[in-house]
Amino acid sequence: MAIIRRRRGSVSTTTVTAPAMLLSYLALFAWTFVVLFPLYWLAITAFKTPLDVNSGPFYIPWRDFQPTLDSWHYIFFDLREDTFRPYLNTVVVGLMSTAITVLLGSMAAYALVRMRYQVGFGAIGSFVVAVAITVVVVIAGGPWPLGVVAGIGVFVLLLQTVARRFRRGVANDDIAFWMISQRMLPPVATIIPIYIFFQQLQLLDTWAALIISYTAAHLPIVVWLMRDYFQSVPVELEESAAIDGASPYRIFRSIVLPLAVPGLVATFLFVLVFAWNEYLIALFLTSANAQTLPMTVAAQNATRGPQWWYMSVLILIMIGPVIAMAIALERYIARGLLVGAVKG
Amino acid sequence: MSIHVSPRALTAVASWWRPVAGRLDRVASGVFILPAVVVILAFSIFPLITSLYVSLSRLGFSQGGVELKFVGFDNYRKLLFGIDRPHFLGVAGPLTPLGIAALIAIYGLFAFLLYRYARGATRTVGGLVGRVVATAIAGALAWLIVNTILTSGRPGTLVVTIVYVGVDVAVQYLLGLGLALLVVQHLPGRRFFRVVFLLPMMITPVGVAYLFRMLADTSKGPLYPLWAHFGLTDVSWVTNPWGARLAVMIGDVWQWTPFIFIVLLAAIETLPHELTEAAVVDGATRWQVFWRITFPQILPATTTVVLIRIIEGFKIIDLPNVLTNGGPGTATESLTLHAYTIWRALDIGGSAAVAYMLLIVVTFVGIAYVNLFRNRATAVA
Repeated sequence: MAIIRRRRGSVSTTTVTAPAMLLSYLALFAWTFVVLFPLYWLAITAFKTPLDVNSGPFYIPWRDFQPTLDSWHYIFFDLREDTFRPYLNTVVVGLMSTAITVLLGSMAAYALVRMRYQVGFGAIGSFVVAVAITVVVVIAGGPWPLGVVAGIGVFVLLLQTVARRFRRGVANDDIAFWMISQRMLPPVATIIPIYIFFQQLQLLDTWAALIISYTAAHLPIVVWLMRDYFQSVPVELEESAAIDGASPYRIFRSIVLPLAVPGLVATFLFVLVFAWNEYLIALFLTSANAQTLPMTVAAQNATRGPQWWYMSVLILIMIGPVIAMAIALERYIARGLLVGAVKG
Repeated sequence: MSIHVSPRALTAVASWWRPVAGRLDRVASGVFILPAVVVILAFSIFPLITSLYVSLSRLGFSQGGVELKFVGFDNYRKLLFGIDRPHFLGVAGPLTPLGIAALIAIYGLFAFLLYRYARGATRTVGGLVGRVVATAIAGALAWLIVNTILTSGRPGTLVVTIVYVGVDVAVQYLLGLGLALLVVQHLPGRRFFRVVFLLPMMITPVGVAYLFRMLADTSKGPLYPLWAHFGLTDVSWVTNPWGARLAVMIGDVWQWTPFIFIVLLAAIETLPHELTEAAVVDGATRWQVFWRITFPQILPATTTVVLIRIIEGFKIIDLPNVLTNGGPGTATESLTLHAYTIWRALDIGGSAAVAYMLLIVVTFVGIAYVNLFRNRATAVA
């Protein structure tokens, strides 16, 4: 009989009998196998020759087949440009968009937790009317600068007059819900206007287009996660800093952010993984120049048929950095990241 | 290194800076939240409204370029009643006894739920109307699913997407919960399992798709001995509609079980042990401890994580696009992929209409789910 004691807590209740432990390990190793075997297969396929792949399944290197670096050579030297450009694009777009998203999102999340907002229905209504007027002007064929100017004018006018009559409005929780619920929006429902927008600005197939779109797509996650995180940070430090005369910006930068590092790390990793792997937006907005790695991998099939050996190398170098980060930061993910989901 | 600044200059700067800083401080609440609001407005809300207009129009080629021509609900009519109906809704076959039984069971359940609410103490007129409408929509969807799947018919992209989401989330939840319960026992080496179980979530869906294409290959994939044993080496998963859909679902389950696992693990680990300990002292079995103590306490986390997976699940595109290319035919196409293929054929209006149908379905399912399960669960907890 094996008894495993809980490290924390006084009394151990988690006694595991030998048969139960054996069964647990069996189940755990079964799933470990399910997780790792595809990755193992990917890794060995990257070291096979086309002949090894096509002449049947070979499982163990050096026994069943002789590993070779041919595919790696092809990907890194023969295809140099076609591999490194998407890689650079993915790194730049991933890091930039994640940094911007985490910054804007945690600012908004912090503000939603610690500051009080009261937006009148009048102001929201004026804004909707202004947007409607802009849209009508543009659709009716007017030049878009005219529409924007008209919209802003109407907005200011209404805000100063009619909007003041409305008393009721939306508060912090409504704003937070509105932001987070954006995640429900399928990207495909918004991508066509975004495509047209970037086309008008001639920004299609550039880093800027991808960075801006990713920021918008991933902001809800950051607001959702960081809001819960900031709620769990004690407010006393900020209060005493405020009494000592620190500005809100200083408090945010010197007190709140350093305290929230575990949450920030987890959120950063989470958003980075999303941006790194993003497919749909890149599919619509990029073609050759700003193509990201998922596009490159997906395109392998279309151009040359399934050449598993090259594809395995590409997939390996694509998932390598993310997996390394996940392993290094696993502790943060479990603790910092999912406060929101756990709280419900 | 030090910089000498005369006190006078410092005072001068301070006197200039103070009013500006004071004003900046006063608008701090706006400065903090406005960037996020502007980004979401500009790249979510505004495109959403524009998309609605695009879905009501058709791309036409005129002299000197392209223009959008307003056509009303034509695109939607085409999807629901016109030439795109088989693609979107599928083809209904004659009902089989199994299908009739399923329909009777589903409608019976709906009627029972509605009856219970109407007789209950908490009913309101608004709530009743909302529930009748929701039941009608859910009933129509159930009719569609039964008529295209349990018959000789052919399910369209709407039905296929719903099947993906339903099957995937259910399997992922059961697996994720089981794994979390296994890992939460304090077995030696559990940190290893935590890290390994997390990995699939990090991998690009496109990569996962290729991975499973390799694994599903019956003639040179690693499972060849298994197929050879059953004499299935000539069969390709990818040419059989349900085989291809199964491959997509297996890939999705492999990739997203970790997410549910990690959330539920975190939820179980943060539970106070006192209750469990007291129950064990009182002689409760493990089974009772789970159903009576652990499960009710992780119910809020459960409902949230399932809601997230449902919402994200509806957006699936990478796996079917790369794994099966949507094929055979359009058998594995999800709604997002459907919208993309139409867009590629330059029917921008039709694509936006599909996207809007997806939005409507996601919103409906999300609201129904929250009303059915989530509110109840959080009220209990």
